[in-house]
Amino acid sequence: MDLYEHQARDLFREHGIVVPRAEVTDSPKEAREIARRTGGRVVVKAQVKTGGRGKAGGVALASDPAAAELAARRILGMDIKGHTVRKVMLAEPVDIENEYYVSYVLDRAAGRFLAIASAEGGMEIEEVAASRPEAVARVHIDPAEGVTSAKAAEIADAAGLPAQTVDVLVRLWQVLVREDALLVEVNPLVRTPKGQIVALDGKVTLDDNARFRQARWGAEEVEHDDPLEAVAAARGLNYVKLDGEVGIIGNGAGLVMSTLDVVAGCGARPANFLDIGGGASAQVMADGLSVILSDPAVKSVFVNVFGGITACDAVADGIVQALDTVRLTKPLVVRLDGNNAARGRAILDDHAHPLVQQATTMDGAADRAAQLADSV
Amino acid sequence: MAIYLTKESKVLVQGMTGGEGMKHTRRMLAAGTDVVGGVNPRKAGRTVDFDVPQCRNGLGGAPMTVPVFGTVREGIEATGADVTVVFVPPAFAKAAVTEAADAGIGLAVVITEGIPVHDSVAFTAYAKSKGTRIIGPNCPGLITPGRSNAGIIPADITKPGRIGLVSKSGTLTYQLMYELRDVGFSTCVGIGGDPVVGTTHIDCLAAFQDDPDTEVIVLIGEIGGDAEERAAAYIHDHVTKPVVGYIAGFTAPEGKTMGHAGAIVSGSSGTAKAKQEALEAVGVRVGSTPTETAGLVLEALKSRGNSTEA
Repeated sequence: MDLYEHQARDLFREHGIVVPRAEVTDSPKEAREIARRTGGRVVVKAQVKTGGRGKAGGVALASDPAAAELAARRILGMDIKGHTVRKVMLAEPVDIENEYYVSYVLDRAAGRFLAIASAEGGMEIEEVAASRPEAVARVHIDPAEGVTSAKAAEIADAAGLPAQTVDVLVRLWQVLVREDALLVEVNPLVRTPKGQIVALDGKVTLDDNARFRQARWGAEEVEHDDPLEAVAAARGLNYVKLDGEVGIIGNGAGLVMSTLDVVAGCGARPANFLDIGGGASAQVMADGLSVILSDPAVKSVFVNVFGGITACDAVADGIVQALDTVRLTKPLVVRLDGNNAARGRAILDDHAHPLVQQATTMDGAADRAAQLADSV
Repeated sequence: MAIYLTKESKVLVQGMTGGEGMKHTRRMLAAGTDVVGGVNPRKAGRTVDFDVPQCRNGLGGAPMTVPVFGTVREGIEATGADVTVVFVPPAFAKAAVTEAADAGIGLAVVITEGIPVHDSVAFTAYAKSKGTRIIGPNCPGLITPGRSNAGIIPADITKPGRIGLVSKSGTLTYQLMYELRDVGFSTCVGIGGDPVVGTTHIDCLAAFQDDPDTEVIVLIGEIGGDAEERAAAYIHDHVTKPVVGYIAGFTAPEGKTMGHAGAIVSGSSGTAKAKQEALEAVGVRVGSTPTETAGLVLEALKSRGNSTEA
């Protein structure tokens, strides 16, 4: 789960990292009040979980409270790369002497966390990493040891950062470990003319798998921009809305991704990703179907199930039961393959629902579902 | 021969007495696996009877009694076990794997889904230092058809043969196993889709290359990370057997990754297209659908058969 900048800022502050004074609001009027409290001049920053907000016009320097209100009014509701701005953060401006980049990120290939640091922080760190890799230090962290002061000094030294950043590097590692984060990034980490080290902007990604031991996350439920995704999430479904017309239900993330690809290969566009997992019970099938059928863009539905541990006859029983509770309004193409496939297909044949068709292969079923979506 | 798992493998099950552990231990026994014990400190000294159905390959068909040990070490001392399959809940997985590594087990297959990444980072590094191979976490395990099955892969959808398969995805593994059931497999390894796994595509490629029973290798990947790109480089340098690839996720929604750090680390976009191109650049044929991939495997076997005869 990605955090908003203001949430990352709060975490940094809790762990003793210096951050600018700032407050968050969804109201332009309140933005004016916050600017007054903060000292007049503020930076107004869109709170969205994507990069490139500065270039998109989502960051503005306001010289007084009235200007802050105007900027907030302009930025709130903006669309930045498909993300609607619902909140702005108003932060006191910080004088900058130097800008640095520091992060801890999971290095999948090495199976451990990697410290990345550079004395050339700011917006263009990716370009720096690509054009002058020697300007970006990378140091792997031994999971048994973590980041001690000595390790932090090694990172700072490798990147050419001043000694005052060592304390921040240690504290940032504590954020990563104690909060079960997969990424903590400060860009820029700045040094003020007075020599203070301040985390000006930060990104944090938390590990959803650690939710069971991070009690306070419960308060921040994942926000869904799409209403169908919100309904699906409430029913515990692994559903992602896409821009297409062929609804997809399958078991196993890999097989569902493959199903999307095969449908796209037939010239149609998948309407969603929906993984109903190994069991494929009647209830999950009914929930999945009802979410997909409530999507007005959907013109046909492709159910692609491989019967492994749950054999195809049990899956077919589940589909038949689901069709008793959900009124089918679009044609449904079912492909059952694997254990007891013949018995499963016979169950659906016996049920003889006028809108249900079967295909014996995944490629054939995808083709049929694409044709049906095209002809409606 | 096969890789990692053979007829001789003696298998412990950590979490055998739980719901999933019971269900899959029965299935493993039915597939011919030599399950020598379960591990549960609260049920040590008891035994569990499994009513194992007759399998299509003639195995099973009689009730089997499996002892429960208090620790992995006790299980190894009593039975000579060299493999453990881990079904314990996410909160206890790190302790379970650490215990198994300390006891000196050779292979730990971690089925558990939802383990915090910090725990996976810690126990994969620790296991490596102790000489224990980890498969997973969040994986379906591995099967050497007709001989042994360590995990949750359905055993009765394919047969023994000469194809080696390595995959991040469970159901795509099953799909390919089933499509190629008339030819059969030496070993199929589901390495798991988590960001950190103990055994990689490359580890399996190296093992299949050295396995005399494997003639053709199938590599199944999916979007995210750069494991497939690194596998491609390894194939170029070290693999002489034919490799057929399949990548899922060409039309998957773009991940909402934040920050620049991910891209900086991998140096790759992680897209399905980038992976396909990397594999094709080293001579790996990549199927556009699972069925087409199965067809490419058959072609590779056929041309290999011809060249062997010549």
